[in-house]
Amino acid sequence: MLAGRRARSRRATLARLGGISVGGSAVILALLIGAAMILGLGANPLEGYGELLKGAFGGTEELAESAAKAMPLLFVGTGICVAFRAKVINIGGEGQIIAGGLLSTMTALAVPDLPAIVLIPVVLFMGLVGGAIWGGIPGALKAYLGVNEILSTIMLNLVAVQLFNYLLRAPLMDPKQIELGTRIPQTKRLSENADLPILIEGTRFHLGVVVALIAAAVAWFFLWRTTTGYRVRAVGASAPAARYAGMPVKRMTMLALTISGALGGLAGACLVFGSETHRLQTEGFATGFTGSAGFNGIVAALFGGLHPLFTIPSSFLFGGLLVGANAMQRVIQIPVDLVIGLNGLIVVFVVSSNTLRERLSRYMSIAGEAAEHEEAGAHPAPVVDEAGTTEPADADALDGDDDPVRTLESEP
Amino acid sequence: MTDFITVTFTVATFASGVRLATPYLLAALGETLGQRSGVLNLGVDGVMLLGAFFSYWAVLQTDSIAVGLLVGIGVGLLLGVVYATVTVVFRAEQGISGIGIFLFGLGMSALLFEEWVGTPRPISSFDKLAIPLLSDIPKIGDMFFNHNLLVYVSMLLVPGLTLLVNRTTFGLNVRAVGETPEAADSLGVSVARTRAICILIGNGLAGLAGAALAIEIGIFQHNLTNQIGFIAIALVYFGAWRPTGVVAGSLLYGLVTSTVNQWKTAGLVTGAASSFTTMAPALLTIVALVVIARRTAAQPAALTLPFVRGH
Repeated sequence: MLAGRRARSRRATLARLGGISVGGSAVILALLIGAAMILGLGANPLEGYGELLKGAFGGTEELAESAAKAMPLLFVGTGICVAFRAKVINIGGEGQIIAGGLLSTMTALAVPDLPAIVLIPVVLFMGLVGGAIWGGIPGALKAYLGVNEILSTIMLNLVAVQLFNYLLRAPLMDPKQIELGTRIPQTKRLSENADLPILIEGTRFHLGVVVALIAAAVAWFFLWRTTTGYRVRAVGASAPAARYAGMPVKRMTMLALTISGALGGLAGACLVFGSETHRLQTEGFATGFTGSAGFNGIVAALFGGLHPLFTIPSSFLFGGLLVGANAMQRVIQIPVDLVIGLNGLIVVFVVSSNTLRERLSRYMSIAGEAAEHEEAGAHPAPVVDEAGTTEPADADALDGDDDPVRTLESEP
Repeated sequence: MTDFITVTFTVATFASGVRLATPYLLAALGETLGQRSGVLNLGVDGVMLLGAFFSYWAVLQTDSIAVGLLVGIGVGLLLGVVYATVTVVFRAEQGISGIGIFLFGLGMSALLFEEWVGTPRPISSFDKLAIPLLSDIPKIGDMFFNHNLLVYVSMLLVPGLTLLVNRTTFGLNVRAVGETPEAADSLGVSVARTRAICILIGNGLAGLAGAALAIEIGIFQHNLTNQIGFIAIALVYFGAWRPTGVVAGSLLYGLVTSTVNQWKTAGLVTGAASSFTTMAPALLTIVALVVIARRTAAQPAALTLPFVRGH
């Protein structure tokens, strides 16, 4: 049994390596297309990408900045992983970040005098609650009323942005802005006791980054080491089978979206209290506050193979790309929007390459099996992944080292 | 207050609502055809953004609205080729690849706008085309028969698409491919080709919708659509996958938007409270989604499922 488990994980590792190389090619291909575009716009792509790399990973300060930028991507990406394992697509990251940011800001405004040791956990928790509400609504609508979650989460993004605009223009507005008549839609400087401490002096590396890393680890533990996590994955692998096994399918669907939203909400809280201004402000759109993390987090999660732990390096890479894009804009005047567009291409390439990856991973797992045969002379179970052929889209989306279907078979 | 609830006001609001409904309607009709063939295209908003930008840019260069509209369609078709390759040839997950197209359109339209245009310059908008006789009918004429050409075209597409889907061989193939691709395939209907054609038409219409939006407003800006493309997808569900249902939903959206706009100009909603009126279409969509969620029977059975022969 143990040997079988080890063999499985070894084959899975080989399969994942195949997956990563395909993902890497997707990024390189997107960057090549980006280079062609930069060239077409009359700038030097080599100079641009050089600046991008330097700006993203060139020194301690840059690395810390990239980590800070990766923080919301990691939260949202981890949430996407959890939702995806239950076969739920959460496009509502933007709204969930805003909901978490708003609720945690209101908390800090209500109880500003609590000592930091209490206030920081409290505002982070309230951020989590805000996001959980904003993810729980589409979760409940999907589970109990059958409402398409892709559309409902997108609509809730729009609702959240307007709620955000309203609250910052009226009840939450800095009294000074009203007094001066400037009416800039922002809160006053929030309680200093809620400031997320900077962990590396002189950089932007704050406590929120560490919380994000912990969240990813907890999500991994939840999905693969707890009964509830197992149920979430079982529902994603096959809802009818899970129902037949007596699992509460609807509750798991709702739970997955709630957790996904809660992680987005945490990102929102960390964005507010880890910001340089230490206030919440709006420019009328979501992106000013979220930096489009609700969408870019999806890219990071996909690139990380929808696995929370692999989403960590993946978020760091995409955070770095976003930070580096600013440096690039300063030198060769190509707007940062280029990176958003390239992110879109990466998504398209990664999902298109699934057919290829599927073939590659099958080849890899057969190769891995052959190696075991030579080593131990054992007779492992056949590993032809039937899931991939019966339901291609779903199997691709859920593919990971712990293929939900295969894990189900292995459990007693 | 009472001044605003006059007949003139209602006619003006209604007329503007019909006009504002056009981008929704064009995009939603295209999406309807795609979904009837079993393909969910979440990239509509990205296609609209790129269609809007390029047609805005074309009109800026040539000062010809016709060229702008054609460019919009062309951009849509080009992205349609990409999307068909991704979803039909590579059989990629449709929901996620659509988000990829959306991000691509969002980023690239903003990038090219910065680089090629920079400061927003207004372009000439549509000319009104009053339909003889009909436009002379009091009230009704102004509401329905005194618009730009594209409004009529989009309205005519409703019966057009209904006939195409229900009364032609191609339409029969589309429905077969969207409901039971295996059966269609066994009868010699090419699932891949039928779906690819539907994607192309759908994306062409999405590009045209973007062009219609940019030319109607007369300006381009970052994220011009503000997720109209996503609302258009919701309208397909709202309309239960039928063009007639889709047009009803689009008109409702146009009317809600124009009413909200009129309230704002009239000063009925001011300052922070206007956020709530801007929120209205999204809330309306959620309510609509809840209401129609029970009618899943109307949904094409093979929606979002890639087709692999022999499985």
